[in-house]
Formats: sequence, C-alpha cells, structure tokens
Amino acid sequence: MNPGTKKKPHSRLPMIAQAGPVSLWMILFVTIPMLFIIFISFMTRGTFGGVEYTPTLTSYKTLADVIYLNVILKSLRVAVVTTAVCLLLGYPFAYYIARKPADVASRLIMLLMIPLWTNSLMRLNAWMLLFQTNGPVNKALLALGLVEKPVMFLYTDGLVLLGLITNFLPFAVLPMYSSIEKLQNAMLEASADLGAKPSTTFLRVTLPLTCPGIFSAVILTFIPALGTYTITDMLGGGKVLYIGNIIKNQFGTIRNWPLGAALSVLLLLITALLIFIYSRFASIEDMEVM
Amino acid sequence: MRQENPNRKILREKRSRFWSSFYAAIIYALFYIPVLVMIQFSFNDAKRNYSWEGFTTAWYGKLFSFRNHDLWEALVYSLIIAVVATVISVVIGVLGGIGLKKFQFRGKKFINLMLYVPIVVPEIVLAVSMLIIFMTIGIKLGMGTIVIGHCTFCIPYAVVTIKGRISGDNDTLQEASMDLGANRVQTFWRITIPSIMPGIMSAAFLSFTLSIDDVIMSNMLASARQSTLPVLILSVNRTGITPDINALTTLMVLVMVFGMLVMNFIQRRIAAKQAREIAESEKRISAMSSHG
Repeated sequence: MNPGTKKKPHSRLPMIAQAGPVSLWMILFVTIPMLFIIFISFMTRGTFGGVEYTPTLTSYKTLADVIYLNVILKSLRVAVVTTAVCLLLGYPFAYYIARKPADVASRLIMLLMIPLWTNSLMRLNAWMLLFQTNGPVNKALLALGLVEKPVMFLYTDGLVLLGLITNFLPFAVLPMYSSIEKLQNAMLEASADLGAKPSTTFLRVTLPLTCPGIFSAVILTFIPALGTYTITDMLGGGKVLYIGNIIKNQFGTIRNWPLGAALSVLLLLITALLIFIYSRFASIEDMEVM
Repeated sequence: MRQENPNRKILREKRSRFWSSFYAAIIYALFYIPVLVMIQFSFNDAKRNYSWEGFTTAWYGKLFSFRNHDLWEALVYSLIIAVVATVISVVIGVLGGIGLKKFQFRGKKFINLMLYVPIVVPEIVLAVSMLIIFMTIGIKLGMGTIVIGHCTFCIPYAVVTIKGRISGDNDTLQEASMDLGANRVQTFWRITIPSIMPGIMSAAFLSFTLSIDDVIMSNMLASARQSTLPVLILSVNRTGITPDINALTTLMVLVMVFGMLVMNFIQRRIAAKQAREIAESEKRISAMSSHG
C-alpha cells in the first residue's frame, strides 16, 4: 500500500457519515416523539387546550368510560374482522401467484401493485359512487327484484368494512406471497410421498412454514386498520367513529391532547404486544414489509 | 393405494386450475373496479360526481386551462414535498443501509428496532406524536414539517430495501478497489453505488409513491393555509368530488405506470450490463491463467 496515504485503520469517520444520519433521524423524530407522547398522556388538559404539566391519570380513566370503551371495542372488532377476511381471501390468492412460474408471478404481482398507485381516497370515492342510493349496485338489486327500495349503503359500517378490506388486502397478500414462494416443492412432495393427504400436507407442512408471512400480514393489516381515520372518514361520513377519528379530533376541534395521547399509547401497546408475539416465533429482521 | 383413472385425474386438475384462476380474477376485479370507476367518472358530464350523467372529455380540457387553481396548487405542493422527501430519504437510506450492514456499534440494535417503529405503528400515532413535539417547541407547521413526517416513514423502507440489495461479495469488491489504490470516496461512488443502483431506484420509487399518496401525516402536520392533493380530496369529499379531480388522478396513474415501466427497463439494463462485465472479466481471468 502507498505509505504516503494517511489512513487510520480504525477511523470512525465513515461509520459516523453512514450510520450517523439515520440514527440521528430515528432518535429525533421517532424515539423522542414516542417518549414525549407517553409523557403527555399522563399530564393534565389545559383550560384552553394545550397541556398543563401536572401529572394525572385522568386521561386513562376517561378511556374506561363507556363511550370510549365502546369505540375502542368496536374498532378492535372491525380491525379483527378486516384482518380475518384479508387473510382468508389473501392466502389462496397469494398461493395462486406464488405457485406460478417466476416470470408470470412477478407480472401478477406488478398487476397487484398498479391499483395502489391510484390515489387511495379516489378509490374509496369510487366505492361510494358504486354504492350510492341511485348508484349501479342499487339499480342492479332493484332490477333483480332483490330489494323493494334502494338500500342505504353509504355511511354504514358495512361499506367502511368493504373499504378497509379492499384497501389492506394487497398488504396482506404481499408478505404471504413471499413466504409461500420460499416454500420448496421438495417438502410438499416428500409429504405426499409419505402418504399425507393434500389437506394434511397443507395443515402440517405448508401452513407452519408460511406462518411468518401470515403473521406479517396480520401486523400489516390489523394495526393500520385499527388506526385509520381516512377510510372511516370517507365511507363513514364522520358518523361512524373509530379510535383514529377520536385521536384526530383531540388534536383538532376538541383540543384534549392528553386524551389523544392516551389513546395513542393504547395503540402503541397493542402494536408492541403483536410485535412481541411475532418475535416469539420468527425473527423481526425477517419480517416482510413490502 | 387406490389406482385412479389418469384421464379423470387430468380432468380434475384442469377443473381445479380453472377455479383457482377464476378466484384470482375475482380478487383482481376487487382491486381494479374502483380504479376503473374512478377513470370512468373523469369523463362524467356533471358538475359533481354523484351519478353518471353522460360522457364528456371537457374535464381534461378544463384541467389544462388551469382554471382550478386550488387543484394545481395542491398538486405542485404535493410534488415538491414528494421530491424533497424522496431525495432526503434515499440519501439517508442509502448511507444508513450500508452503514448499518457494515459497521458494528453500540446502539445499533436500538436503531434497527426504531426503524421498524414507523413501519408497524399506526401512522396517526406517529403523526400526532410529531405534532405535539412541533407545537411544544414552537416549530411552524407547513411544508417543512410535512417533509420531515414523510421522511420519517420513507427512510425505514429505503433502509430495508437497500440492506436487501447489499450482498456478501460487496465487501470483496470494495477491498479489491481499495487495494488497487482507490480511496473510500472513489470506492463508494464507483463500486458501492453502482452495485446497489437497482435498490436505490426501488427505494426512490417507493418513497415517492408513499409520499404523494399520504393523507394522515400531511393532514396533521400541515398549516391551515395550504394542503396537499390527498388532503384536498379528503376535504372536498364532503361536498362531492368534481370530475376534474378524477381527470387529474387518472393522469397521475398513467404517469406512475409509465415511470415504473421505465424504471424496470433501466434496472434490467443495469443487471444485464453487470452480468456481461462479470462474464468478460471471468473470461479474461481464465485466459490469463491458461497462458500462464
């Protein structure tokens, strides 16, 4: 090596230059805000909005109120249903794509991604147009004689559910697809050769091996479905309230920051619990996020 | 074992293949119906989109007469934010992806954990916690705060994408480059960056699409005066979407699809070029060793 170059073998400069910015960003804009919101949730609501720095548990006691408890339980129920439907619809679909030859599969995945580049709110608006009182769905139902008068689909929980499912299904399919794709044919053949019925092979080989993908799908649908307010705002018309809407309102018109913070902490705890369960049977590093 | 008539077996397989394709088609329909309806209503001959009133292309003309200032302003605002957020996220993401893969340091595990937080935590929680910090410190909400918010969820995706692209032989190549007398900066620009170029492009595309379509962060961290296009759509939805918004979003999808095709083409070109270079150098090495 050229003896003229001044290169310290243990120079820390490249490390700081490369890992520094991302570390700083994450600490400044993720760690500190997260700690601060936990802190705020234990503070008192200011008289004119804002926060008074007197510790209290009022916000958490408010959450136990029947009104809020009902909203929380309803949000949880809707998120569970959304996740379950996404898994049930998504798994066979992901399986179908994953078993295709690689070039066909990558094209099918591309076909799945294109609708995601359409503005998500406009896609929700399209569902509203379809389910209008005088929209095509109602017209078809009337023409078929299935209903006597138009059904009010708009601003109901059913339409919100449809919006949630169609919105999150792609994000359930993608991780399950990568999991199923990694599945080796040899495993399935071995199971069949050893005399297992297809259903046994599925339950005892395919399902356990694709478990990380399934759980990634749960995390990527359940948590966003629990926290959304745009879908519920658009399709629920603001009449149907979920956790997300309530959090948002605390920082808008109602101005009760500590309560909004406490609800956020609740969502954080649910997220942490799910991640903890996930880490019990798969490495977080292996989580498929795209 | 029970013997099965081979013809019947083939027939059964055919039938199951038909039904599985049929099922996939239904799921695809679920994804494409809203997109097609959205495009259809960009041709709607009505002031606001409630029901179909007839076909017209007038909305595209009106769009390009630039009469709807709010819409264009929101689009330009969204585009500037998306471009700035993409550049910042890709730069930090590339450096971070390399740095977190290559170096061992105290707190690395913690940073890796923090990178998963914006991916898994509900966006509203992330947005609200940043909002509280900004309000408490007294930072004015606006373009800057939206960019920071977008970067915070784009950077983790960029890091994950880049990390996935860095393979083991990257180290050997870098060592070879340094042994041949290149310094760190030269090695970085001429060896490391080209080898992860496809990953950088994917990260950029992903960051851009996440930013341009974001509603929650943009809504919470915006000033009262100017909003991004998705936030504008959210607020207009109450009174009814005008068909020119459908026209604009239709054009945006076309641009995105075109951008994706171009990116795929370039990525494949890069991969082919790299494969060719490797093959050539291998040929040269084997020629050298057979002569020697």
